[in-house]
Amino acid sequence: MSLLWLRFALACYFIGLVYAFVALTRTSDLFSRIALHAASLGMVFHFVSLTELFLSGQVVWASVHNGESLLAFLSMSFFMLIYAIYQTTSPGVVVFPVVFFLTFVAALDEQPVLLTQYVSNKGWLAAHIFLIFIGYASLLVSFGASLLYLLQERRLKAKRSTSLISFLPALEVIDQIGYRSLLLGFPFMTLGLLTGSVVAISTYGRLDFLDPKILLSVLMWAVYMLMVFTRWNSGWRGRRAAFLATFAFVAALAAWAANYFSAIHRFAAS
Amino acid sequence: MRFQLIGVNHKSAPLELRERLAIPESRLPDACRDLTAYPGIEEGMVISTCNRVEIVAHTTNGHADLRGFLHDHFHLKPEELDAHLYEFREKEAVRHLFRVASSLDSMVVGEAQILGQVKEAYATARAIGAVRGQLDQLFSRAFAVAKRVRSETAVGSSSVSIASVAVELAKKIFGTLHGKNVFIIGAGKMSELAARHLMAHGCASIFVANRTYERAIGLAQKFNGQAIKFDDLYNTCDRADIVITSTGAPHAIFRREHGEQFLARRKNRPMFFIDIAVPRDVSPEMGKLDGIFTYDIDDLQQAVSSHVADRSKEAQLAEAIITSEVERFEAKLHTLDVVPTIVSLQDHLETIRQAEIDRVRGRMGELTPEQEIAIEALTRGIINKVMHTPITTLKTAARESEATTVVDVVRRLFNLRDKEASPEKKNEVGTRQ
Repeated sequence: MSLLWLRFALACYFIGLVYAFVALTRTSDLFSRIALHAASLGMVFHFVSLTELFLSGQVVWASVHNGESLLAFLSMSFFMLIYAIYQTTSPGVVVFPVVFFLTFVAALDEQPVLLTQYVSNKGWLAAHIFLIFIGYASLLVSFGASLLYLLQERRLKAKRSTSLISFLPALEVIDQIGYRSLLLGFPFMTLGLLTGSVVAISTYGRLDFLDPKILLSVLMWAVYMLMVFTRWNSGWRGRRAAFLATFAFVAALAAWAANYFSAIHRFAAS
Repeated sequence: MRFQLIGVNHKSAPLELRERLAIPESRLPDACRDLTAYPGIEEGMVISTCNRVEIVAHTTNGHADLRGFLHDHFHLKPEELDAHLYEFREKEAVRHLFRVASSLDSMVVGEAQILGQVKEAYATARAIGAVRGQLDQLFSRAFAVAKRVRSETAVGSSSVSIASVAVELAKKIFGTLHGKNVFIIGAGKMSELAARHLMAHGCASIFVANRTYERAIGLAQKFNGQAIKFDDLYNTCDRADIVITSTGAPHAIFRREHGEQFLARRKNRPMFFIDIAVPRDVSPEMGKLDGIFTYDIDDLQQAVSSHVADRSKEAQLAEAIITSEVERFEAKLHTLDVVPTIVSLQDHLETIRQAEIDRVRGRMGELTPEQEIAIEALTRGIINKVMHTPITTLKTAARESEATTVVDVVRRLFNLRDKEASPEKKNEVGTRQ
């Protein structure tokens, strides 16, 4: 049943995906409203799907598909939070495709792909997953904002008619969205890595820093910290910030992909 | 439809003449009274703004001497005035008024003020009774048309002045302008205007620097701002988010290295330079820095022209709306024109019916209530059937140009007296339509 709700959610997110592509070429208030409503409805289905999964007692958060579903939901929540504060759907241009992709993969089948290693410390594991996913979601939004910033900056510098792609909010608003999500995500990411370390130590007795998962996670965290620092210290934004954000995002993707190479963080169909 | 409109506007008459014709608000009621007292004028009102003076009237025969009124009222000779006047009648007068109210005849097409000004003129004239039935309908429709044009086209949506484009750009960079600081360098008229616009949109404070320090103080006082010595320019400039520069310097006063210094001190928060000086005050190299946005006079002018072009495209849509609205209004008025004839026809046949019933009643003797009702129903039925075709024909004709001919024929056929229907009956027919 949970999967069925998730597929409903996916159908709604599809409208958001179409919006993401259309918004880049032309502005339509009507379409952005439709996308927003579809996304909200999708979140309702998604929430029902996650709740059912939780209530069924078979919750296995340490499964890839459930994890993807949760990450998609958290990213969408972030998007809605931004909409509530700034009244702009523009981060959807980046968030919607990612959310669609994650939900799509999660909604493919019910086959649980689980962590190969048995983890006894369930509480820490749940905390690790939630914290790190909030960190990921905010990193995604921050990455999206830095791309939108570049786009808006280019447009202003090119001095083209203001009617083109005017769905973008003001430059400083985009900047605030990016910076705030960066700041918000950082403690979650940090705590997420710490709880992960606790789980790893309690399971394996030590932390293997040469394991690709840990190596890439630490690298991602380092770039994340560098972003926060350069921004706080010298107000980096625009091209340089976008470069760092892209780097952090790629590192995050690599850390995610490392699930397939890592000895300690490997998932497999049961 | 016996509307007449006469007037001058910014296209037809020079400012000197418009000045002589302009009527201050306090004297508008008197002008309206004079107008309605003029021979041949039933209702009338005056629209007087800085770009136009127009007289709109509903006349007794459609040929009132409005030119004569203008000559008399303003004590102007025909040779001084007539060459600059435009005059419209009937449908064309309606069209012109709709265009004026919708801001299609304005100097800056789409500007929003004109509608308010026309509304004020209307309210003044209505208060003294100079506008009643026909003009009242005309103006109510004109306001509805203006509203439709504004909501269905984008004719008034983009900025078409340098100052407002500057504000729009600043908002694209900073979002809100609340709490932003403005720096004016070179105390010129244009920069003052731009600064005034920015302040009106919420900018917090203003700094002014000028080669002549006294002039900087003078301008700073106007805005409650702070005058800065020109030598301190580079040390203080980074405090401003928006810089309006218009010095007469022969070379750029802001170069790349200055931009880098400012950004470093501002922790890379963006700066917006509005460079209205010729030759330019900001070097193009500085504009390439991340976080520095420079718009020179050509860039601003280009934005204005592209907005003007957008507006004229929208204005074409608006003209189509106006054309259809004029047709609708005309059709409605024509229908009202045939109403008196319909009422007369109904009255005429009703009189015949009553007379015939009275005539035969004596021969029929005592009638039961049922029989009375049956006779009423029978005779009314006949009358209604007879009237049906002429009334339909009249109403159909009302929408076409042959209305007068058809009205004439019906009147002759039924030998109708030439009287106006009472207002109650007019309304009665109006609602029956």
